[in-house]
Amino acid sequence: MTRITMTVDGVSYTDDVENRTLLVQYLREQLGKTGTVVGCDTTNCGACTVHLDGRSVKSCTVLAVQADGHEVRTVEGLATDGELAPIQQAFHDCHALQCGFCTPGMMMQSLDLLAENPDPTDEEIREGLEGNMCRCTGYQNIVKAVRQAAGTGAQS
Amino acid sequence: MTAVDETTTAPAAEIGSPRKRKEDQRLITGRTRYTDNITLPGMLHLGMVRSPLAHATITGIHTDDAKASPGVVAVYTGADLAAAHGSLPNAWPVTPDQKAPEHHAVAVDRVAFAGEIVAVVVARSPREARDATELVEVDYDDLEPVLDLEAAAAGPPYAHPDLGTNESATWIFDSAEAGTGSDVEAAIDQARGDGVVIERTYRQQRLIPAFMEPRSTVVDPTSEQITMWSATQVPHILRLMLALTCNISESKLRVIAPDVGGGFGGKLQVTPEEVTTLLVANRLGKPVKYTETRSESLVAGHHGRDQVQRLTLSATKEGIVTGLKVDLLANMGAYLGLVTSGVPVLGAFMYNSIYKFPAYRFTCHNIFTNLTWTDAYRGAGRPEATFAIERLMDDLAAELQMDPIELRRKNWIRHEEFPFTTVAGLEYDSGNYEAATDKALELFGYDELRSEQQRRRESNDPVQLGIGTSTFTEMCGLAPSRVLGSLAYGAGGWENAQVRMLPSGKVEVVTGASAHGQGHETAWSQIVADRLGVAFEDVEVLHGDTQVSVKGLDTYGSRSLSVGGIAVVKAADKVIEKARHVAAHLMEASEDDLEFSGGRFSVKGTDKGMAIGEIALAVFAAHNLPDGMEPTLDSDATYDPVNFSFPHGTHLAAMEVDTETGAVKLRKYVCVDDVGIVVNPLIVEGQVHGGLVQGIAQALFEEAVYDDQGTLVTGSFVDYLVPSAADVPDFITDRTETPSTTNPLGVKGVGEAGTIASTPAIVNGVLDAIRHLGVQDLTMPCTPSRVWQALQSREQGEPASVQPTNPEQTSGNLNSSGVISPEQGPRTEGGAS
Ligand code: FES
Ligand code: FES
Repeated sequence: MTRITMTVDGVSYTDDVENRTLLVQYLREQLGKTGTVVGCDTTNCGACTVHLDGRSVKSCTVLAVQADGHEVRTVEGLATDGELAPIQQAFHDCHALQCGFCTPGMMMQSLDLLAENPDPTDEEIREGLEGNMCRCTGYQNIVKAVRQAAGTGAQS
Repeated sequence: MTAVDETTTAPAAEIGSPRKRKEDQRLITGRTRYTDNITLPGMLHLGMVRSPLAHATITGIHTDDAKASPGVVAVYTGADLAAAHGSLPNAWPVTPDQKAPEHHAVAVDRVAFAGEIVAVVVARSPREARDATELVEVDYDDLEPVLDLEAAAAGPPYAHPDLGTNESATWIFDSAEAGTGSDVEAAIDQARGDGVVIERTYRQQRLIPAFMEPRSTVVDPTSEQITMWSATQVPHILRLMLALTCNISESKLRVIAPDVGGGFGGKLQVTPEEVTTLLVANRLGKPVKYTETRSESLVAGHHGRDQVQRLTLSATKEGIVTGLKVDLLANMGAYLGLVTSGVPVLGAFMYNSIYKFPAYRFTCHNIFTNLTWTDAYRGAGRPEATFAIERLMDDLAAELQMDPIELRRKNWIRHEEFPFTTVAGLEYDSGNYEAATDKALELFGYDELRSEQQRRRESNDPVQLGIGTSTFTEMCGLAPSRVLGSLAYGAGGWENAQVRMLPSGKVEVVTGASAHGQGHETAWSQIVADRLGVAFEDVEVLHGDTQVSVKGLDTYGSRSLSVGGIAVVKAADKVIEKARHVAAHLMEASEDDLEFSGGRFSVKGTDKGMAIGEIALAVFAAHNLPDGMEPTLDSDATYDPVNFSFPHGTHLAAMEVDTETGAVKLRKYVCVDDVGIVVNPLIVEGQVHGGLVQGIAQALFEEAVYDDQGTLVTGSFVDYLVPSAADVPDFITDRTETPSTTNPLGVKGVGEAGTIASTPAIVNGVLDAIRHLGVQDLTMPCTPSRVWQALQSREQGEPASVQPTNPEQTSGNLNSSGVISPEQGPRTEGGAS
């Protein structure tokens, strides 16, 4: 067991975790942050994507102890005071989700992509989301949503 | 967006409006309840020990080390659990003499596919459970695995030695015998003399549904009723089947499908994992959870497609089709799931598609192998049929040197010929293939692309252009119960709905359809808002819990709107009738003098009126009701459709093929679908987009591949190539609207359309690009290596078909079960673009 402290969605937590605990397991099982989900066991699907110190990571591929002392942001930290973040609004407006399972990871990755490149082309959006799989939408509306979010300056 | 206030005064504003979805709010904020998110006090976790072998006798299972492992509470084998349940259900015995092996949740003395559960570990945490599965030792005696579909059809050896055959059933439809057409052999003989006969064998590769949410089940036995949450499309069917299989009274079992992360047919099942979780929870009296890993999901969740299609089409020299003969081998895999055996039978009615064949014969052999079981996957039988006929039509056009659209025009049912009874015995109620096709051709720029194709051919451009056509139809809205009965399906095809008027004027709608991404909450709200004249926001849709939605047959087969949505309409209409009775009483008017519009009953010729919400409150108070009336407006309806619905559409794909590398690029895709009246165009378009990508994935990317031992090689998302955003382009989608005439909303299904239509459009396009170079056939997925190989064989003067090898890798041959020889690694070639 190792004692770790991290800030998740603005709240500081200190916990003892097994060394092998993955960040996503810590978030879901210990903190109850079940908004972040798990879709694979080979780091392919991106469903688990969160931000670690502002950059996107696949939380199934980071150990909880590696996040010790760092700042994590999940889908649950996007909206402020019940107000949707622009990226959430864009996904809603553009019908960029169906079952919603890929959506948390997709939005977190989109934010990262927009932080890197605030005005991406469709092709750059598609490339930037390559590590996030969606089985429902066919991606077209996701690309549209990211474009809309870019227009509203959603990169933060 | 339509202002809400308007809907209360102006009727019929909601249907057709692109309402943003109600269900999004929780999904985009992470306030979700997927099954794996559920945690209960003292909950235990399961880990499954799975067979690494495709076919073997179990001679011993050693569980002591696992039992001693930290956190482990119990370890069970098949022998421990067998007495507590019957064989897992198959609801569709397609023939009276259908053969099926007993299917235990946990194998007892023999395993029949790699991935089958042989023991289950129960522990205090999921990680402790999984760790201990490594400590369970199983002794096996190898049996010869049956892996190749065509060899299996000839048998022996047998996938289930006790059955003495690999053939589960043979199912035949013959138009001459059925009286729906003439004799196909006569038609083919005739064409051999003075017409054209196209004979082909197409391979439907094995696919994996690959919903994004892995399957998960939680069972809580700590109450009077056992509660199961499961990532399922079919909570009602699951409850009934579990009750029957595990000998529990239905009323002691409550099944909840909470948020479900996609299904595509893959969650239309009663799984060994669900049964096992239920049995273990019951035995230990504790809440138990099982969530599969993706690797487990890919190997043990049911697969789809996997057929060999032998086809003969006859036509006159002028291109008028005269007969179609279909001979199928359908791979059941190791066991019959809920509707495994019925999937090819669903296709039987669709091979003739939109064309006026006078003679038709369909034969299907359902074959067992020692591969993962198969069952419904988006389209279930109909994509296979559509692929076959649309490829045949393009092949016939090539043979006759005719434009493929022109050929289709000559043969399809003209819009003035509806209703039309097909050679397969279905009555198509409506359609307009001319309109959809004309619109698609225009959006596509068909003539310009044909000219460019010509230029590229003439200049010997290394990148050739092909145009693929698919003018599909499908039968959906499963299904009229009488028809299902005639096909020996074990249940009906009705759907139930309730509409409850709350005293506050809000409306609760309960539906038996069980959404898992489709947007029922939004669409049903629109329907009810229009019908009752209430605000969209005032309608709440409840579903997916057998204690709330007590009756239902769930969501699959593009049935929700055209069956479940109609049940909602019928229930709403009953509410209006009851309310009319009360309104007349309260306003002291005759019911005949009342008009109902925009949510208000008004007395003709006066300014007297009452809103339906006011009536609901008066009924709740019940102080002053007509004599003998029950104090409720709530109504329920169970709707059994009179016919299937038959959406159709024209899909066109422009494919670029690099003849030097085999790389294939989808340059432009246009589809014009006719799904009847559209309730929510936003949702419909989303369904089409997603469906297209799944169909395109079959054409270009996806295949479940096994090695020669029967081990799934594509057992992770590294090797099973679900397309990413970078692999597909934007699509141009449009619609025509020909209302269905068999339901009051005029709606048809849309959930499967894109998947059904797109696969042949893509493959036809690839072939059209290189047919003039001598390539006549390609096996799916049309990977760069396969295309390259086909072009090479043609240059070497070999028959120009498939050699599914990768030039970068050691070569190996894919046999007809998609089994590769051991020297070849997993298929890893990437996307088409
Ligand atoms: S869960 Fe699939 S990448 Fe993390
Ligand atoms: S919305 Fe279902 S996987 Fe993306």
